[in-house]
Amino acid sequence: MFYIYCPYCGEHREEEEFHNHGQAHIERPLDPDSCTDEEWGNYMFFRKNPKGLHHEIWVHAVGCRKFFNVTRDTVTYEIKEVYKMGEQPKVVAK
Amino acid sequence: MSQKNRLQSGGRIDRSKPLTFTYNGKQYEGFAGDTLASALLANGVDLVGRSFKYSRPRGIVAAGAEEPNAIMQLGATEATQVPNVRATQQELFSGLVSGSTNGWPNVDMDIMGLVGKLGGKMMPPGFYYKTFMYPQSMWETYEKVIRQAAGLGRSPKEYDVDIYDKMNQHCDLMVVGAGPAGLMAALTAARGGARVIIADEQNEFGGNLLSSKETVDGKAAAAWVASVTKELEANENVIVLPRSTVNGYHDHNFLTIHQRMTEHLADRAPNGQIRARYHRVRAKWVVLATGAHERPLVFANNDVPGVMLAGAVSTYINRYGVVPGNELVLMTTNDNAYRTALDWHDAGRKVQAIVDTRKNPTGALVEAARERGITVMAGSAVIDVQGSKRVSGVSVASISEDGSKVTGSVKKLSADTVASSGGWSPVVHLSCHTGSRPQWNDEIIGFVPGKTVQKQLIAGAVSGNFTTSGALEQGHQAGAEALEKLGLKAADVAVPAAAEVKESKPMALFHIPHTKPTSQAPKQFVDYQNDVTASGIELACREGFESIEHVKRYTAMGFGTDQGKLGNINGMAIAAKFLNQSIPETGTTIFRPNYTPITFGAIAGRDCKELFDPERYSAMHKWHLENGAKFEDVGQWKRPWYFPKAGESMQEALNRECLATRESIGILDASTLGKIDIQGKDAREFLGRVYANAWAKLPVGRCRYGLMLKEDGMVFDDGVTSCLGENHFLMTTTSGGAATVLNWLEFYHQTEWPELEVYFTSVTDHWATMTISGPNSRKLLEELTDDDVSKENFKFMDWKPATVAGVPARVFRISFTGELSFEINVQANYGLHVWEKLFEHGAKYNLTPYGTETMHILRAEKGFIIAGQDTDGSVHPYDLGMGWAVSMNKPFSFIGKRGMQREDCVRADRKQMVGIKTIDPNIVLPEGAQGVFDPTASIPMPMVGHVTSSYWSANLGRSVALAFVKGGLDKMGEKVYYPLVDGRMVEAEICSPIFLDPKGERQNV
Repeated sequence: MFYIYCPYCGEHREEEEFHNHGQAHIERPLDPDSCTDEEWGNYMFFRKNPKGLHHEIWVHAVGCRKFFNVTRDTVTYEIKEVYKMGEQPKVVAK
Repeated sequence: MSQKNRLQSGGRIDRSKPLTFTYNGKQYEGFAGDTLASALLANGVDLVGRSFKYSRPRGIVAAGAEEPNAIMQLGATEATQVPNVRATQQELFSGLVSGSTNGWPNVDMDIMGLVGKLGGKMMPPGFYYKTFMYPQSMWETYEKVIRQAAGLGRSPKEYDVDIYDKMNQHCDLMVVGAGPAGLMAALTAARGGARVIIADEQNEFGGNLLSSKETVDGKAAAAWVASVTKELEANENVIVLPRSTVNGYHDHNFLTIHQRMTEHLADRAPNGQIRARYHRVRAKWVVLATGAHERPLVFANNDVPGVMLAGAVSTYINRYGVVPGNELVLMTTNDNAYRTALDWHDAGRKVQAIVDTRKNPTGALVEAARERGITVMAGSAVIDVQGSKRVSGVSVASISEDGSKVTGSVKKLSADTVASSGGWSPVVHLSCHTGSRPQWNDEIIGFVPGKTVQKQLIAGAVSGNFTTSGALEQGHQAGAEALEKLGLKAADVAVPAAAEVKESKPMALFHIPHTKPTSQAPKQFVDYQNDVTASGIELACREGFESIEHVKRYTAMGFGTDQGKLGNINGMAIAAKFLNQSIPETGTTIFRPNYTPITFGAIAGRDCKELFDPERYSAMHKWHLENGAKFEDVGQWKRPWYFPKAGESMQEALNRECLATRESIGILDASTLGKIDIQGKDAREFLGRVYANAWAKLPVGRCRYGLMLKEDGMVFDDGVTSCLGENHFLMTTTSGGAATVLNWLEFYHQTEWPELEVYFTSVTDHWATMTISGPNSRKLLEELTDDDVSKENFKFMDWKPATVAGVPARVFRISFTGELSFEINVQANYGLHVWEKLFEHGAKYNLTPYGTETMHILRAEKGFIIAGQDTDGSVHPYDLGMGWAVSMNKPFSFIGKRGMQREDCVRADRKQMVGIKTIDPNIVLPEGAQGVFDPTASIPMPMVGHVTSSYWSANLGRSVALAFVKGGLDKMGEKVYYPLVDGRMVEAEICSPIFLDPKGERQNV
């Protein structure tokens, strides 16, 4: 069970307080109507499944209800960093 | 004296406190301080069970958690039955009732034993896969027979009478194991000011020191243990947990501990005490001082009762004052095990011989044995054992230097006990739980914990350092290192001295050769609990299983309740030898939580019965109870389902409720509907993005129905949203979807459109909501309010603040029944008051309470959908015939708009929601029934969609149903057929889903 630092509450809390919300940094196309079916399909359905570093969204569901980003190693389950929405990761796959 | 194997003195038992207990229906006596195993051995009980597959007699092998055979069923009453308890870990108490779990009809006379002996050859590895695979339908039958014959204990048939609980703990340092290494680590860290938890599975701290005659700091080891324990207990920063097994080591230094609080006291916890407690620990640092398990040697007939681990024999002698036999033969690959022969000899019993597999053993302990006149047979091995229910003798022969074959003639020795030691295996289990792969270490002939990402240190035998002095030193170092990592000051702790014993090099030997090849030799057991033999492992390798994980699964090695604590490494070594590769090349299996079995009670704790899941009640719940409501679970809510009168069936109650509502007036407690308060200058813009329809022009005081879609265009929730102020809205959601919708709104606001100024607050519980519905509802409302709720000044889809029954209210003129309808919202704690006032005034109108079922019927008569019942994440608004609730020309491309335009979403033959009228009006179709166009089609019939809602409508005097049908919206009046499981073929007609009042006149009055 993970021990997750909420960047808004400023504390580590148990995983039970959080929900995972999937891959981070997927932006909704600004003009969906001009997207081809393929582009829209990529936005909706296609996700990475890396072995190693993964940037993902978590929400402090039973805490402050804030969404934030986590860089997590999918092999060791280490959390390398947490950062707020709109920020970019510092730890990235080489 | 009945305890024929008990010594007159010595051990950590209290001879002044005799305890009586029962084993397999017979009474025995032991002493306070005994385990069930030591008491059985003291009484000369040899047999503790029958083996799983071959049903061979089995005796106690070990003295701790690794015991594979002495697996007991405990419990004096049905409600206190506990299966699969290791007798070696169960402390004795007066009145303990135990029995062997396997052996049918009993361990002494076992029917399966005969079958096993006859059929042994017919049960090779992979037996279950090969034999019980086909036909698959028979597996359930096979499994029952296998389980009855083999026995794996049984669960109680009555509710557990005891209580359990859980605790969340946080600490600087969690020390696992309280042997010399763990104690030193805890002592050092505690003196440095760290908050420490130290847990050990045994009833007393001290680990192996409890079983040895060693000295620490010049005094008896036990005295040193007592003084350290006392200091730790006195330190308010230290939590001391005996009888506590650290069962799991999970991500981010999260550990779970199973603490047995009262299982050593009585059959059930005395005086309402807790039986077991589950600690959930988050530790900044962890010291694993989990010790090592002795590895038995694998030789022919090594499972005859009386064959034990050398260290276990010493434990029984030194700790419990029990010598489990008279004539001992010790077989060893190392010096350490010589202690067992010395202990046996010093207890006054005969050591027939020490059989050492090494050519030239020379250490101090070897000399000590020779000085006592004990025969040491070097370069030899016990290659076979005689006896069936107890060892009667052994065959000894000299072996080659590498231990691969027998080289000399076979000599027989008389013996009733064989102790064996193949060295020690570090207890790497917890380290494995974290995903770390153990590393082979040639020097210690064992696996040690591998690399880890956890904040974890190791100390003592688990690191491969098997000496007491080394454990003390490493424990101290680990404690000091933890202090440093924690940023605490170093502590002043002197490492106590322990005697250094000079030992000669051990031999890496696992499998003792026989004069015959392994496949023809008598059975040489590797895993006692699952009856896995050396020849079985070789066979698995011959059949092509080369990965150790496959060998494990094929032979079932390590699959028992003991997880192969004794056998796995021997099994890997045998596979490696057969495959002509090294052990590191062969690799190792790893272990999973839990380290030892844990009772479900401890995992559940207090989260059972009424505390299993929270129940949510509306403010009017008390009234519903008093008025005989039947309840339905909607999420965590308890909602009234229907309100039967005396003698009424459910259908009769529903008919009455439905008719009363349409004829006069019905009332529904709608408090559970999700309510989200939305404010901010961009609230209106936000609604336009998350709903399919338009919100730009909704004026204050008006309400609007909206469909909420996912990006793929599919409906996931619906509800009415009302404009409370220019920048203020109240959104309602389905009862079950409230939390999901709130999360959805937050997600889009926080991650996609943070520039919008909008705030969301759940206000579901703040309001009590009661819906009065029916032609007389306005009359009733007018009796309770002075505000104008007339047709002219309070129109359909209006809302207004009003005073109802003397309290402030929001009244919404919206309708889910198609009738004239008012939804009255008041502050939740006024709810019951207003509800009761409505009934006071409503009696003359036959005001009838109804629940969710009548609500479902009334809305189905009108063709109103229920998101989650009539939708399943695969239907978009046009499929529902609800294109009127979509505004395709809004400036912002709302969620779902693009998704709905995908190729698949605009197909003409999509399944679409329609009404269904059975030709026979009395037939109510089952929900979920699949429709077909051609009732004569051959099986599998092409299915064209299923029924989502189906009811008896008392108002229409016939059945009504909503269903999906391929291209259904263009098939009005056409036939569709429903083949049912009972063989009937129900003919039906496709129609509009609006069965009643298609023009909506009833609500516009």
